[in-house]
Amino acid sequence: MHRLSEFIVGLIFGLGLLLSGMTDPGKVLGFLDLFGLWDPSLAFVMGGAILVGFFAFAVAKKRASSFLGGALSLPKSNVIDKRLVIGSLLFGAGWGLAGFCPGPALVSMASGQAQALIFVAAMAVGMIGFEMIERSK
Amino acid sequence: MTIDWSHFTPWASLSGGILLGLASALFILLNGRILGISGILGGLIPPKRHDTIWRLAFLAGLFSSPWIYKALAPASLLTAPRIDAGVLLLIVAGLLVGLGTRYGSGCTSGHGVCGLARLSPRSLIATLTFMAAGFAVVFIARHLL
Repeated sequence: MHRLSEFIVGLIFGLGLLLSGMTDPGKVLGFLDLFGLWDPSLAFVMGGAILVGFFAFAVAKKRASSFLGGALSLPKSNVIDKRLVIGSLLFGAGWGLAGFCPGPALVSMASGQAQALIFVAAMAVGMIGFEMIERSK
Repeated sequence: MTIDWSHFTPWASLSGGILLGLASALFILLNGRILGISGILGGLIPPKRHDTIWRLAFLAGLFSSPWIYKALAPASLLTAPRIDAGVLLLIVAGLLVGLGTRYGSGCTSGHGVCGLARLSPRSLIATLTFMAAGFAVVFIARHLL
């Protein structure tokens, strides 16, 4: 049951990315181009997603277990540190360079797009790099 | 600021956003997990015992989505993506996104959707930061260089 649910959630999420326009880097960059010809669509993506999520998390905060009976874990960290800010800066810079963030890149790769495959391969190398830096400490 | 009306898709984007919210809602309520793509993927690098199958099940669903979308969506919603970045730019961007999302513990989904929806101050800072960086990079690339 858990596996089925994870599969369906992944599917719905991917359909949402495709329908919303997030899988089109040109559209993403159009949103990030605040001082040029600006496409506000992505504000609607976030607005719709956060609105639905808000009610779900309000319910989730009151529960210790999920509706399928497993553990329900919400992040506990409230630390705002250098890692969070520098990491987000690097991510945002990469997002602005190509217009891909992780979800849309994976979906586009799965649809057979060569550019997305290159991006995802580099992203995986970046994640491996992170693990190596963490372990060398 | 000039609005790009020709590319503006409020209804498709709002509907897509609602699906993203629905997926995030189902994931926390049914599976008890935060739907964050960089975290789900990053947890596979390297794979850990008893913490891999659920990630693969999610990714299998995600990877099926473009094929099901192509089969179901009307032609008006099947616009070809515009990708201007060349190979070198894609590589640099991918490295930054991979490293940055792991360092900052999240991306647009984990911080931008789930984090803001659960009113996490940490995610608000992360989202404002990566948005600002994205705005700045596009401003530099399109208007200064």
